[in-house]
Amino acid sequence: MNRHDLLKDLIPVISDHLVVCNIGAPSQELAALDDRTSNFYMLGTMGLASSIGLGLALTQPKPVIAIDGDGSVLTNLGTLATIANNPAPNFILLIVDNGSYGSTGDQKTYTSAKTSLASVARACGCETVVEAEAEETRAAVADALRSKTMTIIVANCDPGNVDVPVITRNPVAIRDRFIQEVQR
Amino acid sequence: MPKEMDRQLVGDLVAAGVDFVTSVPCKQLAGVLEVLDETTSIRHVPCNKEDEGMGLCAGAYLGGGRPCIVMQNTALGVVVNALATLIQFYHIPLPMLISYRGEVGEKVACQVEMALHTNAILAQLHIPTYHFHHPDQAAEFPGILAHTQMCSKPTAILTDASFWGAAT
Ligand SMILES: [Mg+2]
Repeated sequence: MNRHDLLKDLIPVISDHLVVCNIGAPSQELAALDDRTSNFYMLGTMGLASSIGLGLALTQPKPVIAIDGDGSVLTNLGTLATIANNPAPNFILLIVDNGSYGSTGDQKTYTSAKTSLASVARACGCETVVEAEAEETRAAVADALRSKTMTIIVANCDPGNVDVPVITRNPVAIRDRFIQEVQR
Repeated sequence: MPKEMDRQLVGDLVAAGVDFVTSVPCKQLAGVLEVLDETTSIRHVPCNKEDEGMGLCAGAYLGGGRPCIVMQNTALGVVVNALATLIQFYHIPLPMLISYRGEVGEKVACQVEMALHTNAILAQLHIPTYHFHHPDQAAEFPGILAHTQMCSKPTAILTDASFWGAAT
């Protein structure tokens, strides 16, 4: 199961919630599968989806699911320490770990070799860290939503992207419709 | 022990509705950070790197908060991409209260190297920039904070060693 199929499987669980989605292929695939006003697509800035998600979860009460990648978390590894030390019970960080930089041609990341992001998250002080296979991810996210406990999910999946269009929607339009969902 | 100026600047943030601050510390800003931690109406979430901080601020803004980042000017070497592709691209108002190291009065020679690039980076990014060199200039801070919200841009408030040296 690759990221596209993982996201497709996840949609019934996440579509009614605030989602902050990582740059590149993840946002493009999510937009193609299920474009929602409650999705905040990152059109630039690698590595900050988890930080945006945490800031959002700390300032309003609705559940927030940040969909991030292994490469992006590796580029902002400090985020796991910030998340651990500023827990928001309404925050779920889903790290889709395909062991590769998917958007740039599936070059391998260090999680494909020796590095475990789940272990890093635990060492940073994150108290609820769940490791899931791709097929188990939907249930893991549903459990995390039910638990009302901040949860880091590291979902193991295969590399590979599908051919979907680039997001051309204006960033301020993405921002404004998302803020309306937050305030609804 | 915080100075009166530290209390004045944080008081201005509170009056402007700022409720979320992230920071990477600087010696010159230690008093500001101390007052921030005593200020119950502001959630202070220290970050590990300033581009991470910009992500936190963007999220806080989307959540209906009013963010501010407190950092050193050397951070401008870290945040150019986050400013251009996140804060500016999505039109997020973000005051940046910056310790302007490397100006007259500086004791660490290496700080001068980034001081030389500070205004150039801010000008290249078309970021409204205000330089507090004398304590009296802090009277402009409330207006700058209002201006930041009005234009939905990042703004830079540079506070140098002369400013902090003369501040009481
Ligand atoms: Mg990846």
